[in-house]
Amino acid sequence: MRRRQWATLAFIAVIFGFALYVSLPGTPGLPIQVAGRDLSDLRFRQGLDLQGGLHVRFQASPPPDQQLQDGDMDAVKRIIENRVNALGVAEPLIQIEGDNRLIVELPGVDDPEEAIRVFRQTGQLLVINTGFEFIDEGTLLPADPSQTVLRGRDLRDARVGFDSLGAPMIEFDLQPDAANRFQTYTASHLNEVLTITVDDVVISSARIEAAIRDSGVIRGSFTADEARNVAIQLRYGALPVPLEVVETLSVRPTLGQESLQASLRAGIVGALLVLVFMVAFYRVPGLVAALALMVYASVVFAVFKLIPVTLTLSGLAGFILSVGVAVDANILIFERTREELRAGRAIRGAVESGFNRAWPSIRDSNISTLIICAVLFGFGSGGVRGFAVTLAIGVAVSMFSAITVSRNLLRLAITLPVLTRPRLFGAGAPAGSET
Amino acid sequence: MFAITSRRGWWYLLSLALLLPGVIALLTGGLKPGIDFTGGSLVQLRFDQDITQQAVQAVAVDAGYPGATVQLTEDRGALVRTPPLDVEAKNALVASIFERIGPGQELGFSIIGPVVGAELTRAAAIGVAVASALILLYVMWAFRRMERPVVLGLAAIGALLHDALFLLGVFALLGHALGVQVDALFVTAILTVIGFSVNDTIVVFDRIRENRQRHLRLADAQRPTFEQTVNFSANQSLTRSLNTSLTALLVLLALIVLGGPTIRLFVVALAAGFLIGTYSSIFAASSALVSWDRRDLPRFWERFRSKLTLAR
Repeated sequence: MRRRQWATLAFIAVIFGFALYVSLPGTPGLPIQVAGRDLSDLRFRQGLDLQGGLHVRFQASPPPDQQLQDGDMDAVKRIIENRVNALGVAEPLIQIEGDNRLIVELPGVDDPEEAIRVFRQTGQLLVINTGFEFIDEGTLLPADPSQTVLRGRDLRDARVGFDSLGAPMIEFDLQPDAANRFQTYTASHLNEVLTITVDDVVISSARIEAAIRDSGVIRGSFTADEARNVAIQLRYGALPVPLEVVETLSVRPTLGQESLQASLRAGIVGALLVLVFMVAFYRVPGLVAALALMVYASVVFAVFKLIPVTLTLSGLAGFILSVGVAVDANILIFERTREELRAGRAIRGAVESGFNRAWPSIRDSNISTLIICAVLFGFGSGGVRGFAVTLAIGVAVSMFSAITVSRNLLRLAITLPVLTRPRLFGAGAPAGSET
Repeated sequence: MFAITSRRGWWYLLSLALLLPGVIALLTGGLKPGIDFTGGSLVQLRFDQDITQQAVQAVAVDAGYPGATVQLTEDRGALVRTPPLDVEAKNALVASIFERIGPGQELGFSIIGPVVGAELTRAAAIGVAVASALILLYVMWAFRRMERPVVLGLAAIGALLHDALFLLGVFALLGHALGVQVDALFVTAILTVIGFSVNDTIVVFDRIRENRQRHLRLADAQRPTFEQTVNFSANQSLTRSLNTSLTALLVLLALIVLGGPTIRLFVVALAAGFLIGTYSSIFAASSALVSWDRRDLPRFWERFRSKLTLAR
């Protein structure tokens, strides 16, 4: 063993130690912050299918007379965030997908109906011209695009105020472009009645007494609390466009935990079967492969925790598949080593050329797997992406483990003369014939 | 050493025999797209006592969903599939099932709109096409110093499509026999099998490249033919391919037995794909290379045509 090899072994030991420290359950973590993330909390992130929860995908569906505008989806996202925060769910995920979709994931939610009800308050504000007719509060008034004067997105702010008699009212400000429109409109429709609806339910009707420019008031027979609720709904809840639910997935935490336990049990049993096979078939190298696979597994887990990767059922499947890839790299190497031994080479040379000759195959085949992962990530959604991410990480780490870890451990092993008999390399058969 | 490439006619027949039943099942509508593709609702229930499929189905039909299907799972579970419902309608259905059949709990549900389903179908098709194109380019680049890199690439793509078609066929047969529906995970399985198939084929081609380079340096009299090189390389890859598949199957077997019902079909699909992938890279892809080199197809066509002429 040369000094450089000892240095490499020490390097592997350090990596292994660090990975083990990070990946063990209940680890105290690292007392540092990276990019605003506190690394002292290193738990596995579990996806909704494992820890249970609710996943809802919304699609903005603007009415025929309205088009989706820049910034609408950002506004929708902010509003939904406010509502989700009101639910008090830990670590919600809210993200815009494509041009007109919004994904909301609420981990651990055990009562999806309640959460969905909160989303359903879409808070669509409309100001509708109802001619000269006052309409009672609480009446259902479906939107009529031709009579709609203002929409939720025209609003800049809303708050509670009190008139000179002390009655509560809602004061609102308009966006600049809406203000101009509104002024022209109100100036030409004096004495007509404007009715305000939220989600098609009337909250107030009022006569236009003067032209209104950029701010106005809504009077009605409501208490201060009711006025405040409406104001909040207008301010945070006035979605610029209606949202339609296009996908709802709910997993109760009990089911998620059962799936997790089952997958883990299967993973452990599967890994043990593979290790037994490797040792039985390849003897000394098989043992080395078993050790290398332990390093491999702890490094992969550490990467999962550090990035962090949210583990889902298909993510676990991707990881388990990557174990297969890691084993395959070892098999490729050991098969080559055995061939060299059968061709009559000395053990040290056989090991070295086994690694060197297997490398192009490992490299080429793994690159093709990584290409597939990239395609899966690009075209897939949700679970498919989780699968692609864990498989790609696993494949990348497996190259390190096969080439660096297995190789150096095997070099170390063959410094012991007792371990260098060809029979212990699974190469008992006499030299085969070469073409 | 086994004579692999000289028996290539038999391998083509074997492939045909493996693919044909599945293709027939596919053409007769055996592949049943699940709600992930068509849109629909899926509710997962578990009951406190034993239930029958017919009883639950009857309740769903009475509740106004004549197309509802019910599938029993282990631990007194049931999967109820209906057209897309909103959450209230879903709740009403679940409530009436528990009322008529007996108490239990709802473990989860999915409601998928038809728009999202159509997108998945399109994304899957584009994904397979893009993956094939990239793999073709990559194989052509990786083997650019070999003679005919395009043929190598096409053979790899051929093996890939062979395996994907087999998998589709297996699930079409399962659809006919057991009413098995395919879901988003099945798309993942297909793409994974494609990845594995190419991975495996490339390992064999790598061996061919290495041996070919060595053989080309030999004197003319000693140089093996292209077919001999391929056959030799396929043999060298045999143990590795078998061992790799075996270890992968060990893990998948553990997942099938212990991994829970949610991913069982996914894992079955992977296992079937790995088996066919191992076969196709050693036997089918290598044979195809030799067929190209020996101009099998033109010769076959000539013989066919001359027989045709004789018959007249």
